Amino acid sequence: MADRPSLEAAASRAPWISRQLAGPRGPKPRPALTRRNAFLYGTLIVLALYYLLPLYVMVVTSLKGMPEIRLGHIFSPPVDITFEPWVKAWSTACTGLNCDGLSRGFWNSVRITVPSVALSIAIASVNGYALANWRFKGANVFFTILIVGSFIPYQVMIYPLVIILRDIRLYGSLWGLVIVHSVFGMPILTLLFRNYFTSIPEELFRAARVDGAGFWGIYFKIMMPMSLPIFVVAVIIQTTGIWNDFLFGVIYTKPDLYPMTVQLNNIVNSSQGVKEYNVNMAATILTGVVPLFVYFASGKLFVRGIAAGAVKG
Amino acid sequence: MAGSLVDKLISPFSRTARAERTARQSAERAQLRQTARKAGVPSVSVRDLSLSFGNVSVLDHLDLDVADGEFLVLLGPSGCGKSTLLNCIAGLIDVTDGQIFINGWNVTWEQPKDRHIGMVFQSYALYPQMTVRRNLSFGLRSARVPKDEIKRRIARTAEVLQIEPLLDRKPSQLSGGQRQRVAIGRALVRDVDVFLFDEPLSNLDAKLRSELRVEIKRLHQKLANTMVYVTHDQIEAMTLADRIAVMKSGQIQQLGAPHEIYSRPVNRFVAGFIGSPQMNFLSGQLEPGPPPALRLGDLRVPLDRYAFAEGGAAGGHCVLGIRPESVAIGADGSARPFSHEVEIEIVEPMGADTLVWTKLAGTNFAFLVDSESRLKIGERVTIGFDPGRASLFDEATGVRL
Repeated sequence: MADRPSLEAAASRAPWISRQLAGPRGPKPRPALTRRNAFLYGTLIVLALYYLLPLYVMVVTSLKGMPEIRLGHIFSPPVDITFEPWVKAWSTACTGLNCDGLSRGFWNSVRITVPSVALSIAIASVNGYALANWRFKGANVFFTILIVGSFIPYQVMIYPLVIILRDIRLYGSLWGLVIVHSVFGMPILTLLFRNYFTSIPEELFRAARVDGAGFWGIYFKIMMPMSLPIFVVAVIIQTTGIWNDFLFGVIYTKPDLYPMTVQLNNIVNSSQGVKEYNVNMAATILTGVVPLFVYFASGKLFVRGIAAGAVKG
Repeated sequence: MAGSLVDKLISPFSRTARAERTARQSAERAQLRQTARKAGVPSVSVRDLSLSFGNVSVLDHLDLDVADGEFLVLLGPSGCGKSTLLNCIAGLIDVTDGQIFINGWNVTWEQPKDRHIGMVFQSYALYPQMTVRRNLSFGLRSARVPKDEIKRRIARTAEVLQIEPLLDRKPSQLSGGQRQRVAIGRALVRDVDVFLFDEPLSNLDAKLRSELRVEIKRLHQKLANTMVYVTHDQIEAMTLADRIAVMKSGQIQQLGAPHEIYSRPVNRFVAGFIGSPQMNFLSGQLEPGPPPALRLGDLRVPLDRYAFAEGGAAGGHCVLGIRPESVAIGADGSARPFSHEVEIEIVEPMGADTLVWTKLAGTNFAFLVDSESRLKIGERVTIGFDPGRASLFDEATGVRL
């Protein structure tokens, strides 16, 4: 037993082994600045600057007065900072006959987005739950139709929807637009929820059934408390989508009820008078603030929800 | 006047009226269950049960009766339909044909919650957002059991399963064994007629598995409830069961006490599935005699001590099954009705005993010896066994002769 083969014993006979014994041990050192890292971070920084540049131009322009803008140095920071354009964009810029700025559009958008998001998520989550857990007769057909629906371009359905809304007397109202947004959010949201609920172990659902919970009992007491991440994802997708929507807003409402995006367009594209670039920039930033805020406020949950939906609950 | 009319109209749907109605119904059911027990009906009865998805038949005209207080194990390889059968009994899967009775009550079309069953799942299936206490009380709260009654039952269950210190923890803070204990508690707390276990120990490591196995057995002795237990682990089946139902491709192959299934398997599948290490199979030609014997190439195994089934010993191709543990070696082996000298090919020490591989009549043949007997590869030993304790199967049909 004494001469079991060992590296130390072998080193005395083959000297190169002792060099190996003195060689690397422990974690492999990773130098901070390698060519690979320089290239990687360089690319990332350049790309980030590229995407941030327009935002920078917008912010500095919105803080300049018109005389300074006319000089044409669009990248130079403002010499004389003024918040006048922001105030004007929010409260006094004119669109058509109304001269109360974007504030009207902002509140319209809030009144469109909040009920649309709530309604579409409420319906889609129950849809997804029913499709994932209660395999009712015709579930697959229903699901297929829903998914096919999401492949048809929106534009095809604009006119039929106008007729439908007119016939149910909702054309030109906020509620009409809320219904349209809820309907168009349905395929993607249902798919999202269905996939998430499918990833929740089936045995949990079965245990709840044996325990005597019904359709709604299982939904509210078991499924919903486990699904916060996916609800956050749905809220973000819907809020940004509906807030940023222009097409439906301009078609299914009327000037008094135009959402913020439509009003922004009307301010920026007004053909009379001087082009007030600073006001336009301020108005654009104001319109984009809400989706940005929603994203930053719940970004971590968003990433977690996307990952959870993709892999496993 | 108008108010009282409205009251009269909605009163049958009010919450108190509904609670009263369910209470009355469950009292009636309880009384029926008492009479059923006295009449001696089986606790669970499955009649001619079939289940198929499209062309795929999962359960095939299955009949099964589980006596009151019996511990029945459904055992089989994966995909044999044992878990499906359990889910059908639980009401989680609709059946294609046939009936299911629980304590004489036809529950074929009833919801799981109305079947008076509790179920324990392989993955524990604890509600992750609830504490252990809320997990236990979930079923009771769904059934609108009064608060103090819930408290009493949780205290009792926690005591039986020794999970009192865990009551205010979340499932994620529990170990696997504790989780499964809570899952059992969730069935226990509801005072059910029948416990259904769906491979409850498969996710646990070997040590915990044997601990909880003993605990389940103790629980059954204490409660004397009917239990139906699905597993693919034959040790669990042998140790726990009053009776084992060995299943294969949607049918029950053999239903009987553990020792009966072990010593007198009805066909080659059951013989091969039960027992570890696996039974040896030697195929040969049956000579009806008398005295009957099996010819394995040059060897002749006398079968005069073998208890043939009614069919008796007709001639033909047969398979002889001998368990590795019923083989003796050395002088002990030569004393058996059949013995032969063989050469050892492989030795597998397994701790308590050693599995030795050799060749008998040209076929691989394994036998168990004491771990102290240090056999070496290439050594020649005499092995012997008693054909009266072996099993003989028809080679074509696999049926026991």
